[in-house]
Amino acid sequence: MSVRSGKRQTRDYEDRALRTLLPVSVLALALMLWQGVVWLAQIPVYLLPGPLLVLATLILDWPLLSASLLVTLSTTVEGFLLATLGGVGLAILFNQSRLIEYSFYPFAVILQVTPIVAIAPLLLIYLPQQAAVLACAWIVAFFPILANTTLGLNSVDRNLSDLFRLYGATRSQVLWELKLPAALPHMLAGLRIGGGLALIGAVVAEIVAGSAGAGSGLAYRIIESGYRLNIPRLFAALFLLSLSGIVIFFALSLVSHLFLRRWHESAIMAEL
Amino acid sequence: MKIPAASSAPRNHPIVTLRSVCKLFDTGVVALDGLTLDVRPGEFVSLLGPSGCGKSTVLRLIAGLTQPTSGQIEWLQRTQPAGDAVGFVFQEPTLMPWATVRANVTLPLKLQGLAATAQPRVEAALARVGLTAFADSYPRELSGGMKMRASIARALVTEPRLLLMDEPFAALDEITRFRLNNDLLALWQSLGKTVVFVTHSVFESVYLSQRVLVMTPRPGRICNELSIDAPYPRDERFRTSGTYVEYCRQVSETLSRALAEPP
Repeated sequence: MSVRSGKRQTRDYEDRALRTLLPVSVLALALMLWQGVVWLAQIPVYLLPGPLLVLATLILDWPLLSASLLVTLSTTVEGFLLATLGGVGLAILFNQSRLIEYSFYPFAVILQVTPIVAIAPLLLIYLPQQAAVLACAWIVAFFPILANTTLGLNSVDRNLSDLFRLYGATRSQVLWELKLPAALPHMLAGLRIGGGLALIGAVVAEIVAGSAGAGSGLAYRIIESGYRLNIPRLFAALFLLSLSGIVIFFALSLVSHLFLRRWHESAIMAEL
Repeated sequence: MKIPAASSAPRNHPIVTLRSVCKLFDTGVVALDGLTLDVRPGEFVSLLGPSGCGKSTVLRLIAGLTQPTSGQIEWLQRTQPAGDAVGFVFQEPTLMPWATVRANVTLPLKLQGLAATAQPRVEAALARVGLTAFADSYPRELSGGMKMRASIARALVTEPRLLLMDEPFAALDEITRFRLNNDLLALWQSLGKTVVFVTHSVFESVYLSQRVLVMTPRPGRICNELSIDAPYPRDERFRTSGTYVEYCRQVSETLSRALAEPP
């Protein structure tokens, strides 16, 4: 049996190595191809800079770009934290009171289905810019957190809930000991979606605000670089945005994994 | 003449009686129609019937999880059972997947505000079902039989007078089921609990019980009652004995008559 499990382990390692190696090789190949085409076809920098130039720009412009990165990231993180607070809080409120749910859920949906790009200009009129950008990040991120947490709170095992009733559990015991733990996997899935969306919300708002002439986030750098035909810097800023999105996604996946690894199937599957 | 103390009721006085109980669901389905049964102290009684005959509803009524549409449920001592009077074992193990076995078994005491003094009772309950070594495991790490043991330990931890079991072993393989049957009988004999056991298996009901109540299909009623007068402890020898086969034949015939009865 140990031989077999050893064999299986080797296969797992091989599989994991392939999962890392293959995309990295494809990426490397694509970058080389990109650089090669730019060199051979002598494409002007203001149309398509090669990856090496983008890297050089990233290093050269780091003081400026890092400051912008910090602005965008702090908006994203603040928006995300507020969205978590609002989404989970509202979901609990909806779960505790049907009247509140009936009264307010439709408005949460309206807020979600109206494109954020269309709301952003209004927010910029009514709110100070920093608050407006934050509000955009919040609006986009909060709905998946609300919807997923609500789903989780409502998907409690009926027998378990009978068991709590049998032993005379109080409302708050049912919430803390049963509903919230049962909702945790759904809630974490919502957070993972919300994290990426908070970044998108922040970028959208910055772009809308940027065209009004103010701002210093990464999205603003992108617009500004576009106007100035500083395409290498545009690519560098874009690269930083993608990287932020990836880091946010993996960070939240890690959090989710740490919370669920002992008991939830999704986390167990990820291990295999 | 001796006056009996209030707590020591006459030995055969039922601890709970359901009298002409009807249960109509919101969907319009009549689950139970004029069901009458009593549960005597210390006995092992089975409710046997086809699926959908309202067996589970009877247990839920006794546990107070649902109320009868008409009819009475009378308790020997109190009108309504306190939380620690009844233990419930569901068909599924129904464990909290996010909690260890120990935390799952502690739950009833915790919900009753007894968490501070729970430790020795939890350990004792775990020991009774042989799960001491797995106290810190999570449910997903256990086999089906072990999950069911954890579920039984949880039902026993409040030391209830009455244990309600809703087809607890139906989803298990036969070997595991036989072993748990024996363990359950051993627990019942050593702890002196009263057990109401719902099953759709003729063989299981005969093997375990002193009394088998056979129910009709929906709407459920008790259509017949059979006593299984075989001594305990029962073991695998009983399972292959002529007495056992004869009782199975009788119960089986009663069940077919119940199925044929017009509603």
